Amino acid sequence: MPLPRWFHLLGSPPFVYRLTSRLGPWLGGAGCLLLAVGGYWALAVAPPDYQQGEVYRIIYIHPQTAYVAMMAYVVMAVAAGIGFVWRIKLAHAAAVSAAPIGASFTFCALVTGSIWGRPTWGTFWAWGDPRIMFETLLLFLFLGYLVLRAAFDDRDKADRVSAILAVVGVVNVPIIHYSVIWWNTLHQGPTLLAEGGPAMTNDMLVPFLIMFAGFTLFFYWLLLTRLQGEIVERERDTRWIQELVAGSRA
Amino acid sequence: MNAFSTIVLRDLRVAFRRFSELANPLLFFVIVVSLFPLALSPTADVLRTVGTGVLWVSALLSSLLTLDALFRGDAEDGSLEQLLLSPVPLGLAVLAKIAAHWLVTVLPLMCLVPLLAATFDVPARALPTLAFALLLATPTLSVLVGLGAALTVSLKRGGSIAGLLILPLAGPLLIFGTRATDLSVNGEATAAPLYLLAALAAFALSLGPAAIAAALRVGLE
Amino acid sequence: MEFLAMGGYAAYVWTAYGITLLVLVLNVAAARRRLRGALRRARELAGRETIRKQATVRQLR
Repeated sequence: MPLPRWFHLLGSPPFVYRLTSRLGPWLGGAGCLLLAVGGYWALAVAPPDYQQGEVYRIIYIHPQTAYVAMMAYVVMAVAAGIGFVWRIKLAHAAAVSAAPIGASFTFCALVTGSIWGRPTWGTFWAWGDPRIMFETLLLFLFLGYLVLRAAFDDRDKADRVSAILAVVGVVNVPIIHYSVIWWNTLHQGPTLLAEGGPAMTNDMLVPFLIMFAGFTLFFYWLLLTRLQGEIVERERDTRWIQELVAGSRA
Repeated sequence: MNAFSTIVLRDLRVAFRRFSELANPLLFFVIVVSLFPLALSPTADVLRTVGTGVLWVSALLSSLLTLDALFRGDAEDGSLEQLLLSPVPLGLAVLAKIAAHWLVTVLPLMCLVPLLAATFDVPARALPTLAFALLLATPTLSVLVGLGAALTVSLKRGGSIAGLLILPLAGPLLIFGTRATDLSVNGEATAAPLYLLAALAAFALSLGPAAIAAALRVGLE
Repeated sequence: MEFLAMGGYAAYVWTAYGITLLVLVLNVAAARRRLRGALRRARELAGRETIRKQATVRQLR
């Protein structure tokens, strides 16, 4: 079965480079706009929670950053897997690009969660809580991927060995998601995907979702920007890159 | 099955040739466990509270000591490549090497644990659960050690990085293992964490060898 | 002022939002720096004769 044209194009570095440099700014602009609007709404407009008062407002950043972190890992694992099986260098480039972004978002999720935990649960860190533990594992998986890569001099080997680690670690993502359902944790159960519809009123639900969209688009902008850098780095001695930098004045 | 037992016996023979080296993880285990009462206040209450955790963590760290020996020796003298080229399915060979590692390194550690548990005042009624939890958790641990060794097999100083990769993945084992032990210390039902350990072992033993084989192939390219 | 005080939880809310904003900003800066650095290193190669032949986008259309 002949593969569709777009499949081949997605394996071509020049094509992907041009696509990402065109697409990136739109995603970034939309993401920043949504984050600005959502952030203002979250802080100034949404009413205070009857239980937690003002501190509940962390709900507009913590679940979102945690979600993006998990999504980043899935992107990394899928890209690394595709790169491993079909030997597509660009896929590995995408995985490498996702890793540092994912790590920083995981860190952010852990920190915002910890700050939120202090006034609500009484503690900055609940060592036994499954969701916290598996989210921390996610951070170590991201860092492990990067550390493992760095140990290899041969980039192809680095790509392929760390891809195995990335794919093995992806089981952690559904575990994080289902941890609040499987165990009795300090974390509340799912808010959006709870049975019977979202457990939130609209005046809170709307900024909640806007922030999700904003963080997601922002993530993809970051990913595409890093991917551009990764492509240039890997292809720097090719003709098309030389023509590119000769033409630009940046 | 013949290939499996051949590889296991061969690895055992190689390990026993350096008999003194077999003792290293065991000595390390005892020393590390002994350090904790020195560092913490050795009152009976403190020791009882931290006992199970100390034992599990120390066992985990000790099993990392022989990580390099798992594949690196064979990689260096070319026998690993021979294994790749042979008609034996690599996953099966990997499982055999892991089994040998478990017999040589992990099993002795497990035997020491109940002895040391007494020094931490772990009540006798908890020992069967402790032993059983170790029995369920250690295969997964061996698979993880194998994975770490395979990912770093072509690196000169792979051992330290391998530890970084394995230890976080071993976190869940610690959580469930210590939970089972603590529950039995308090006389409560321990089925849940033990089931989870068993599930992890089943998962690790079925999918682990494939990942390890893939990592070895890439490492020897 | 009440906005800044956040009902007494100011330290928590603003620290959390502040750290998140910092993470976003640092991510952008790092990604941009990576791209600029890569382009700069590519430009440095221009003087030397190590150009591989590669298909350009034009050839793919």
